[in-house]
Amino acid sequence: MIDWNRPRLKVVGLKKFYGDRRVINGVDLEVFPGQIVALIGSSGSGKSTLLRCVNQIEDLTDGQIFLDGEEVSAPGVNQDLIRAQIGLVFQSFNLFSHLSILNNITLALRHVKKMDRDAAIKLAQSWLTRIGLGDRGESYPDKISGGQQQRAAIIRAVAMEPKVLLLDEVTSALDPELVGEVLDLIRELKAGGTTILMATHELSFAREVADWVIFLEQGQIYEQGEAKDFFEKASKPRTIEFLSRMRSR
Amino acid sequence: MDLNEQELSQAEKDRREYRKAQRKRSVWISLASTLAFAVIVWFGLIATPGWERVEQSFFNWDVAVASFPRVIDGLLLNLRVLVAAAILVLVFGLLLAIIRTLKSPVFFPLRVLSKGYVDLFRGLPLIIVLYLVGFGIPGLRLEFLGRIPAEVLGIVALTITYSAYVSEVFRAGIESVHSSQRLAARSLGLSYSKSMRLVVLPQAVRKVVPPLMNDFIALQKDVGLISVLGAIDAVRGAQIEVAKFANFTPYVVAGLLFVLLAIPTIRLADRISARFTSREQQGVTL
Ligand SMILES: Nc1ncnc2c1ncn2[C@@H]1O[C@H](COP(=O)(O)OP(=O)(O)O)[C@@H](O)[C@H]1O
Ligand SMILES: [Mg+2]
Repeated sequence: MIDWNRPRLKVVGLKKFYGDRRVINGVDLEVFPGQIVALIGSSGSGKSTLLRCVNQIEDLTDGQIFLDGEEVSAPGVNQDLIRAQIGLVFQSFNLFSHLSILNNITLALRHVKKMDRDAAIKLAQSWLTRIGLGDRGESYPDKISGGQQQRAAIIRAVAMEPKVLLLDEVTSALDPELVGEVLDLIRELKAGGTTILMATHELSFAREVADWVIFLEQGQIYEQGEAKDFFEKASKPRTIEFLSRMRSR
Repeated sequence: MDLNEQELSQAEKDRREYRKAQRKRSVWISLASTLAFAVIVWFGLIATPGWERVEQSFFNWDVAVASFPRVIDGLLLNLRVLVAAAILVLVFGLLLAIIRTLKSPVFFPLRVLSKGYVDLFRGLPLIIVLYLVGFGIPGLRLEFLGRIPAEVLGIVALTITYSAYVSEVFRAGIESVHSSQRLAARSLGLSYSKSMRLVVLPQAVRKVVPPLMNDFIALQKDVGLISVLGAIDAVRGAQIEVAKFANFTPYVVAGLLFVLLAIPTIRLADRISARFTSREQQGVTL
């Protein structure tokens, strides 16, 4: 049973320093099941670092991370198992360039989830068909468009049935005409109940699909609120400045 | 290209006319230069006062035929050594490279050792390694090993030296794999060793095929050096025949055989590296 009142993902007092650089300086946040939380903030504010810390491909300097109430940052926890439950998709270079699209998706299913080959292929193929790439399974990543690559990368993560999906500006490196298809896939995932924490520059999209918006500034949460009115009601000076800068782009 | 002649503009017709004239000119130039080169070789070598004697002692057909069986026999030994050394070099080279990429402090001593190893054997001339191994290991008098054949000692020495080179090639390949490929693998829950084995190494190996081919070509020549340990390979076989006939032709025979052996590999290496270059120019990430 899903406990809707317990956060799926909870981050407490997260800090990440590189030497003297305090890149994440005390962040607390919660993402409830089925919710989408959007992380916004200028480039360099620490969005990517925050996501990488949640997934723990970066060691934390301080703080705790809970998944369904269980601390996954505790010493002794098998972090490979945790990462398998937290999907992460980057801006670009997500797909393994030496594997076909189909094998990109089946790799972790087989070697992490220990699915047998046929079951993994069947599952991967059904996802590819769902996103309209059913006939591209044998293609290599460099033979499909950037938008198709990003969609394949997203379903590669989703096929693992992660408890939470982290998206790091997945449309930022795309040509404008390819952005739409990726956003459509995220809409579809939301409709299917996927829990998502996403860093994004697409403010109108964040307003449309997100439940909660967090404005990150120099590694700290500067302002946050419900997505439906955050963009009008934001009241602190740097948020206002950032939002107007984004609108005038 | 697809236009037929009538559709061409005058400018394009002129250009084609000009190119045709240019091509004709280059054919003449290359003919003339070949001829000039032949004349120079003739006067510079064959017309020299000592040529007849050199021809007698280096290019003697009868000696070549007589020495051929022993030289080719020796070459078979070189080939066996080549195959064994190449396989061992790939294994040890890859192992050394992987050790050097391990970040954990637990592996600090291993990492330092392998770095020291690579520095040492990239600097040490192969011939010295051959002597050290060839006369040092038997000198230890490890009775249980019995008498180690010279070609085995040769394989050991070649492996020691070439692993150092090849580990550097592999390491460069591993480091050239984009870091987000590694991160993507880890973020899917693959362990360090699985992401290395399933994602990083397959990409790295593809990238290093051309430089590896070059090292293989060098190894193909250097297997001839095992003769200094007394292994009866093509070079040593030729040496024996040289002594028998008091004539240097067997060396030429052995040399030609080595070149013949190398040419297919060299062509293959050219073709592979050309394919890699053109793929990279197309912006394909391998
Ligand atoms: N490995 C690292 N070492 C040092 N500084 C880093 C490293 N990774 C990120 N940073 C710094 O952290 C800051 C935040 O980066 P990032 O999380 O990528 O921000 P964003 O995704 O919001 O643009 C940047 O100033 C960046 O230079
Ligand atoms: Mg970023």
